[in-house]
Amino acid sequence: MIAALTFYAFAAVLIASAVMVVTARNPVHSVLFLILAFFNAAGLFLLAGAEFLAMILVIVYVGAVAVLFLFVVMMLDIDFTQLREGFQKYAPLGAVVGGILFLELVMVLGTWRFAPEAATLRLNATPADLTNSRALGNILYTDNIYLFQACGLILLVAMIGAIVLTLRDRPGTRRQNVAEQIARSGSVSLRSIPLGVGLKEIGIARPPSPEEAKPKEVEHHGHGGHH
Amino acid sequence: MGGITEMAVSLAHFLTVSAILLVLGVFGIFLNRKNVIIILMSIELILLAVNINMVAFSAALGDLTGQVFTMFILTVAAAEAAIGLAILVIYFRNRGTIEVEDISTLKG
Repeated sequence: MIAALTFYAFAAVLIASAVMVVTARNPVHSVLFLILAFFNAAGLFLLAGAEFLAMILVIVYVGAVAVLFLFVVMMLDIDFTQLREGFQKYAPLGAVVGGILFLELVMVLGTWRFAPEAATLRLNATPADLTNSRALGNILYTDNIYLFQACGLILLVAMIGAIVLTLRDRPGTRRQNVAEQIARSGSVSLRSIPLGVGLKEIGIARPPSPEEAKPKEVEHHGHGGHH
Repeated sequence: MGGITEMAVSLAHFLTVSAILLVLGVFGIFLNRKNVIIILMSIELILLAVNINMVAFSAALGDLTGQVFTMFILTVAAAEAAIGLAILVIYFRNRGTIEVEDISTLKG
């Protein structure tokens, strides 16, 4: 009873926030509703007994993907009202296509059934004595290790791709060039300093530069003002 | 149904929610033809519907393979979002707009 009520609450909020994602005027609101939708989907996962996936959904989707969306929406300076042109124009077409798709899905839902031998064909039956995370790990790290590694590779490629795509060097920016600094010679000379002599006697060695006279001038101005 | 484990909430409920979510995602793609960001979000919704389906069947059949598969889908969805948004950012940098209908340079 409580499970059913919880399910209906999560499902209702999930669908309502999905509607808001699609129809919200402000894309920032869309992203925030997307986050709400992910939270409620995580609740549905919990109800279905997939605790690990629920946590992963919250961490990966809410923590990374949705924040990425939010970042991009806020970073791009776009006139979103202009992008909403044709909202009414495409709504009937979308409603027709969506309606047809939904009707098809309802027809499938009304007639499908499990194959009689489905119960005997389990690949990885849920173990009764293990927690969800442990059971998933057992499957993931043994039978599906190559797929798991391939997933890591996909993420690596995506990461490198995103970095390479967005990386740019702007002309005119000043950067420290370490190699050039180390390789330079001639502009700084080595001096042999007698040991045990304080800076007071030697004086601070500064390279001769045109800016050397500047501090004096400032001091002079301040002095004059004081008079 | 012998051998099919009993859930607190029936499988049909989960499938209905996931069907509605999928339709909403498709509807969102049609509705926001010009705004790529919302289209990407709609794709995320569709993938979420698929994931709910997978998890519901996994729970109903007592078979963890569906949950493993869901994890792979999550990975691919995250990668897709990252790459899509990166492309979006450089497109905006070059063109100053993100209207999808203008993106036809590669048409030849």
